Amino acid sequence: MKSMNKLLASSLISLNLAGCSLFGGGESGDDVAPVTGPGGDATAAQTQGVDNSDSFSGVETQATDGNYTSNSAPNAGNVPQDLLSQRVIYFEYDSSEVSAEGQAIIQAHARYLAQNTNARIELQGHADERGSREYNIALGEQRALSVARLMKLQGSADNQLDSVSFGEEKPVALGNDNAAWSQNRRVELVYPGY
Amino acid sequence: MIKILLQLIICPLLFGSAYAQAELTIKITEGIESPVPMAIVPFGWNQPGKAPEDLAAIIASDLERSGRFTTLDRAHMLIRPSSPSQIRFRNWQTLGMESLVIGQIRDSGPGKYIVTFQLFDVFRGEQLTGYTIPLTAREFRHTAHKIADIIYQKLTGEAGVFSTHIAYITRDVSIKGATVYRLQVADADGQNAQTMARSKEPIMSPAWAPDGARIAYVSFESGKPAIYIQELNNGRRRKLARYNGINGAPAWSPDGRKLALTLSKDGNPDIFVLDLASKKLRKITSSFAIDTEPQWSPDGKYIIFTSDRGGKPQIYITPSMGGPSRRLSFDGNYNAGASISPDGKSVAMVHASDGNYRIAVLDLESRKIRILTPGKLDESPSFAPNGSMLLYAARKGGQAILSAVSFDGRMHQNLQVKSGEVREPAWSPK
Repeated sequence: MKSMNKLLASSLISLNLAGCSLFGGGESGDDVAPVTGPGGDATAAQTQGVDNSDSFSGVETQATDGNYTSNSAPNAGNVPQDLLSQRVIYFEYDSSEVSAEGQAIIQAHARYLAQNTNARIELQGHADERGSREYNIALGEQRALSVARLMKLQGSADNQLDSVSFGEEKPVALGNDNAAWSQNRRVELVYPGY
Repeated sequence: MIKILLQLIICPLLFGSAYAQAELTIKITEGIESPVPMAIVPFGWNQPGKAPEDLAAIIASDLERSGRFTTLDRAHMLIRPSSPSQIRFRNWQTLGMESLVIGQIRDSGPGKYIVTFQLFDVFRGEQLTGYTIPLTAREFRHTAHKIADIIYQKLTGEAGVFSTHIAYITRDVSIKGATVYRLQVADADGQNAQTMARSKEPIMSPAWAPDGARIAYVSFESGKPAIYIQELNNGRRRKLARYNGINGAPAWSPDGRKLALTLSKDGNPDIFVLDLASKKLRKITSSFAIDTEPQWSPDGKYIIFTSDRGGKPQIYITPSMGGPSRRLSFDGNYNAGASISPDGKSVAMVHASDGNYRIAVLDLESRKIRILTPGKLDESPSFAPNGSMLLYAARKGGQAILSAVSFDGRMHQNLQVKSGEVREPAWSPK
């Protein structure tokens, strides 16, 4: 059943690349995702025809964990549930340094991953809106990689971690003040399928 | 077939011209001293009913928007000549006009027309220029913009940019809370906005090819960023880069054969150059810092880029074939997102020194920097192809809008969107 899910998932993803919006709005994914942050469902852009015969592909890692449980944090064993349910780590302005609070959250998730070697997590890095967009993409990546490094130190395997930066493109708070900006400087920990 | 979605319709608020829907409005917020007064008489039309387009209105709107002209309200035109023999220059002198434009539209077959127009110096009573232009019904607006370009060039000595285009990104949230990003292309006056790509995930960094026929951009539609090149006239596109990590900031070389871009596949963001024919990738920078936002010099020999190798982001320059980098920006503690002027002599950038993000222009020879915009969250400067103006993204009243400023910083215009957000303007090269 798990391998069928993998096959289905990978063929759906390749159809997405051909411009087919089979995944709709990701609404089904939203039903099961317990906390904030963008879900893992990929949706294709609509354009007037897509010719991907010249595509470059890097290594495209995908969510392959078939554990689609609903509405609760992953089954954690002896990891403190309240930390595991925290999915966002916040950052100071212009910094990718993780606070003590963030480190505790990371530790909980790293332990979970160490105990569940089939589990995968995506680290989504973000920046506040100030300054130029592509530089903010790079800042978001620095934050995601900072979290990834700490997770690896705490026992996560390389192949369990995936990261992406959305820069300032996906804010959670739409204001133009410090309150909003501090909410947007973050890394989201996303378990695909949750 | 290109889907035409009129997401943004510019309604010039100036001097009584009326369009149906005003979702995008232009306001001149600061004028330059004494724009030149001119009269553009409604063109003659030899058939019953109205001509397919009001060419005179489009031309007047273009010239006004440049900030350098003010056009006479047609309510003041008691006599409306459409051929030179009908002109009495004294009438126009009395009205204080310096220039006069008249014209005629005739049909010349099914779906075919001929436009003639003349531009006159009112004081000397002399024709400065005139043209006869054959066109089809679909070409009316474009022809009006071309005529505005000709008039502008004749009166200012500068090439006009009225028949150019702008690309930009919009972000809208539906009532249900669904977010849609769009890459749109419109005429320089905001009309004919067409959606080139639409996605629930972010689209960024539109970059025009030098031939004006293709746009490169970054799309997160697959969940990860990839760089695409899309043709304007048929919507065909191909994916150019989808490496591990960042794929961003595409920038075309002046010969259109290469794309500079940012990739972090080697561990941190660096500038690479991709040869579009051979697909070969060459690494241009390799610091341990963030290197991103490449832009080519007009002669193709250099690439300027943003780097925080010195601690905070600043603008650097390096030979496009690779070589040592040199820092260009020394004012303020934040300089990023640079854009080179068409003549290669100036660099516009996002500049901040006290948390106020504004557009500044650095003169490469004098090394002097001028701040052009008020801030506080200005970004994405883009030069007009004649170098006379810059488009940029700003926030006003909590809304994300596009703004324009003249190169000397004296004339400002806001293009306000009533719904949704607009960002990342990119002015077409021609």
